[in-house]
Amino acid sequence: MIIAIPVDEGKKSICVSFGRAPYFLIHDTDSAKTEMVENPAAEAQGGAGIKAAQLVVDKGANALITVRCGQNAADVFKAAEIKIYKAFGSDAAENLKALAEGKLEELTSFHAGFHGKA
Amino acid sequence: MKKLLILSGKGGTGKTTTAAAFIRFAAARAFADCDVDAPNLHLVTAAGGEPERFDYLGSQKAVVDPDKCSGCGKCIEACRFDAIRKMENTCEIDVFSCEGCGVCTAVCPSSAIELEDDVAGEVTLYRDPAVFVTAELKMGRGNSGKLVSEVKKTLMKAAQGESLAIIDGSPGIGCPVIASMSGVNLVLIVAEPSLSGRSDLERILKTAEIFRTKAAICVNKYDTSLENTEKIERFCADLGVPFVGRVPYDRQASAAINEGKSLADVDCPASYALREVFERTMKLLEDDTK
Amino acid sequence: MRVAVLSGKGGAGKTFVSVNLAATAKSAVYIDCDVEEPNGRLYWKPNIESETPVSVLIPEFDAAKCSGCRKCVEFCRFHALIFVKGNPMLFPSVCHSCGGCSLVCPENAVMEVPRPVGTIEKGARDGVHVVTGILNTGEESAVPTIKAALCAGGDDDFTVIDCPPGSSCGVMESVKDADCCLLVAEPTAFGFHNFKMVHRLSVLLKKPCGVVINKADAPYKPLEDYCAAQGLPVLLRVPYSERLAELGAAGEIAVEHDSEIAKAFGGLLSAIREGALS
Repeated sequence: MIIAIPVDEGKKSICVSFGRAPYFLIHDTDSAKTEMVENPAAEAQGGAGIKAAQLVVDKGANALITVRCGQNAADVFKAAEIKIYKAFGSDAAENLKALAEGKLEELTSFHAGFHGKA
Repeated sequence: MKKLLILSGKGGTGKTTTAAAFIRFAAARAFADCDVDAPNLHLVTAAGGEPERFDYLGSQKAVVDPDKCSGCGKCIEACRFDAIRKMENTCEIDVFSCEGCGVCTAVCPSSAIELEDDVAGEVTLYRDPAVFVTAELKMGRGNSGKLVSEVKKTLMKAAQGESLAIIDGSPGIGCPVIASMSGVNLVLIVAEPSLSGRSDLERILKTAEIFRTKAAICVNKYDTSLENTEKIERFCADLGVPFVGRVPYDRQASAAINEGKSLADVDCPASYALREVFERTMKLLEDDTK
Repeated sequence: MRVAVLSGKGGAGKTFVSVNLAATAKSAVYIDCDVEEPNGRLYWKPNIESETPVSVLIPEFDAAKCSGCRKCVEFCRFHALIFVKGNPMLFPSVCHSCGGCSLVCPENAVMEVPRPVGTIEKGARDGVHVVTGILNTGEESAVPTIKAALCAGGDDDFTVIDCPPGSSCGVMESVKDADCCLLVAEPTAFGFHNFKMVHRLSVLLKKPCGVVINKADAPYKPLEDYCAAQGLPVLLRVPYSERLAELGAAGEIAVEHDSEIAKAFGGLLSAIREGALS
């Protein structure tokens, strides 16, 4: 299973924003490898959630752990059949562990986008 | 951090006057003006010290290199926003109409067009004595929604430890209003008891509903029409939206604002009524378990 | 002649001035460009002649023709497109209808289809044609609906354009093709601050301007000094009056009920027609 988590500059804590997180932690449970990927949407004009979601989709993620997520990104994940889990606390490594132990809940409420439209 | 947003639908109902009073009643240490088209909160809040100022980059704008441009006009045909004009032998971009879509750059056979950053406004951050963020959009620019989001982001970052943030919103129901609603705990709608006021109230309430934002309503200048005020109260009761009070029309209010004072600092009927609206609004905010 | 009525500040009296000006002209076109909160119609109560939807174009993708090259996704500067499960997916609220995706698609797999964002209501009340732009709630951008309202108003008559508050793209669009700007000022600190912003906008667009000071209790010195210094003619001062406020709150057109106001607006109309704006 491939899991994606938006993380802060320090790459250890979960970033509160999904769309503008500086990095995404991509963890493959099969190979036990973790990759840090720069988020191309971090400085995006608008539609950051969508662009960040594209990265997550392209990395072949099956699951996403996040504090919150916008409706647009949520729609992408629904179409891509990627499960979204609500982060618990802010430590990325602990959340990976919690997910493996089946302790994380799915995220069911999403916020409206920040609307970069003119 | 609890976030309270003040909106109105109709302009001129008293958002900024209310926001300024609430900020004083609550001794709020974090507040922002999201009416980026026509910001006014800074005129009634004491912001001290030298602020930090940030350029706000809106959408990029197309720029034509006149040396490369052959004047063929393919860009003019392709532009959906009427943003390109033929001037003598070259094509010129109207920076107000250009939306930065890039279609012209794709159709130009001479590669004469590029998209460049455009400073569309400025965000100002005060930290002393409280965190106050305000912004102004450059004239005629779009992207108000994104600038509003910038203001909120700046506020959240600078005021991390605070328990309450008060946000003065803008009139209307379009993108700057929608952007300001995102993530707030409660929207207080300041309504006005006129025919226009009631019509606009319905539209802003509907907008709040679409974006799943909790709302409460108060009526300002209520004595200009008791009949309409009562209609609004019944309307709230029917919809199950909390009605948090009425504020009378008070000439002393205008005089105070003109002197740069918030109503919280003046002894007058509007001030007393606003204080009650404030108490009820704060109770709603506290009860919110989000 | 097209007169744009704007104020910057909400609630200064744009609709009050626009409606009463058009009513005084008796034969006129009134266009409500405050499409987010259109209120003119509440006063006119026009006989509605037509309701036309305003639409913007959004892309639709033909899965059979799509080769998955993603050129559309990469081109879109608004990130309105995403590629998932082998097909492009659109986020309509972020789409700017620029046509770029359709342009760059090598397989001709993109069709553009209309998406409704608002309505134009056309009606009449005596000799006044009333055109109202109404933005659908939940829609973000007023500009396409404003454009449609202005188009629907036509070119011929004495046209009064009731503009939105603020000074951003919606106001620009409303004022772009006007012959002159009537700036409605509220004599307060907030009113004055926003008034200056729209004055600057009008100057930028090279529109001759005139001023109406509304709800004028007592002269607000900074406003008076500014108008004098800028050579801005104050064409009308409307006093604050409870009677006018009551008429307004009840949705009545003041010039039809109050002879003093009717006379005042008569003077304003003449001044505008005689080119008193500068």
